[in-house]
Amino acid sequence: MAKIIVVTSGKGGVGKTTTSAAFSAGLALRGHQTVVLDFDVGLRNLDLVMGCERRVVYDFVNVINGEGTLNQALIKDKRVESLFILPASQTRDKDALTMKGVARVLEALKKRFEFIICDSPAGIEHGAIMAMYFADEALVVTNPEVSSVRDSDRIIGMLSSKTRRAVQNLPPIKEHLLVTRYAPKRVTTGDMLSVEDVQEILAIPLVGIIPESPSVLQASNAGIPVVLEKNTDAGQAYLDVVARFLGEEPPSREKKGFLTRLFGN
Amino acid sequence: MRIFDYFRILQPQKTATVAKERLQIIVAHERRLRDPNTVDYLPLLQRELLEVVRKYVAIEDEHIKVHVEKEGEYEVLELNITLPDEKRLSPL
Repeated sequence: MAKIIVVTSGKGGVGKTTTSAAFSAGLALRGHQTVVLDFDVGLRNLDLVMGCERRVVYDFVNVINGEGTLNQALIKDKRVESLFILPASQTRDKDALTMKGVARVLEALKKRFEFIICDSPAGIEHGAIMAMYFADEALVVTNPEVSSVRDSDRIIGMLSSKTRRAVQNLPPIKEHLLVTRYAPKRVTTGDMLSVEDVQEILAIPLVGIIPESPSVLQASNAGIPVVLEKNTDAGQAYLDVVARFLGEEPPSREKKGFLTRLFGN
Repeated sequence: MRIFDYFRILQPQKTATVAKERLQIIVAHERRLRDPNTVDYLPLLQRELLEVVRKYVAIEDEHIKVHVEKEGEYEVLELNITLPDEKRLSPL
């Protein structure tokens, strides 16, 4: 049974697209048929972060309007087997994503894929609602920072009231908290909210912590999902998120101290 | 109390602690506003209270504030009416 997962946050710039690219590539690396959809009509960027921007011919809105087939619009990733991208439209107005059209595309994708990842635009407007409406699960991407936490809470409220599962009285969307841009040192000095603080306020289960890391920008510069850079801290952290999402408990990755590294345990 | 504790008191609160406290308050407030069960009657209550008060005192719409706060098992209805200056207080 295919699962639809929305990557959402409310606030912009917290790492939704980075997470969508890394999480979908991570699932595909584990052998799952995965497709990632860009819902940010007019401000398409997933293609760029995933390094397939020059291969876009047809997009999501073309498929909805019947101007191209789903097969024509789906871009097969060149690095990871079983990973596909459906890019957003760059030119159309955002109302082009109709509820019926989105439902039809998702139904068709469900027949082919195990995981359908929906990269939500920022904000709480039509595009964001369309991205979350049909979801079974949600990754709520949050920075340890007041505006991001507040917006995430707003989004969690919408997940439980404005989605198909809420409207049709079905079991609620399964929510996962993903804290990104985390700097443990600044938490220690009392300058940054801790994961425990964020979790206490938002009250949803934690699926992972992505450290603030230069590797995230380096990966997006190159158009490579950061999980493919396996030796980076952020890449490892995303692989752990995927493992936890799949129900495994990844090994603890406590950073070893200088002396431990020198002399061993 | 040890001598060092005095210095701790003098230190300003860490910003992360301030952030958490502010967030807890605003998030709780906004959740109440979203909750369809608790706030539906507040606008109407506010309007009717305003009418009653206006029978005796001339006040503007914004001078009345109604707020429901949940404290443990209790719900506290807070009503705040700002009366105009003495000079402007005249029997209607």
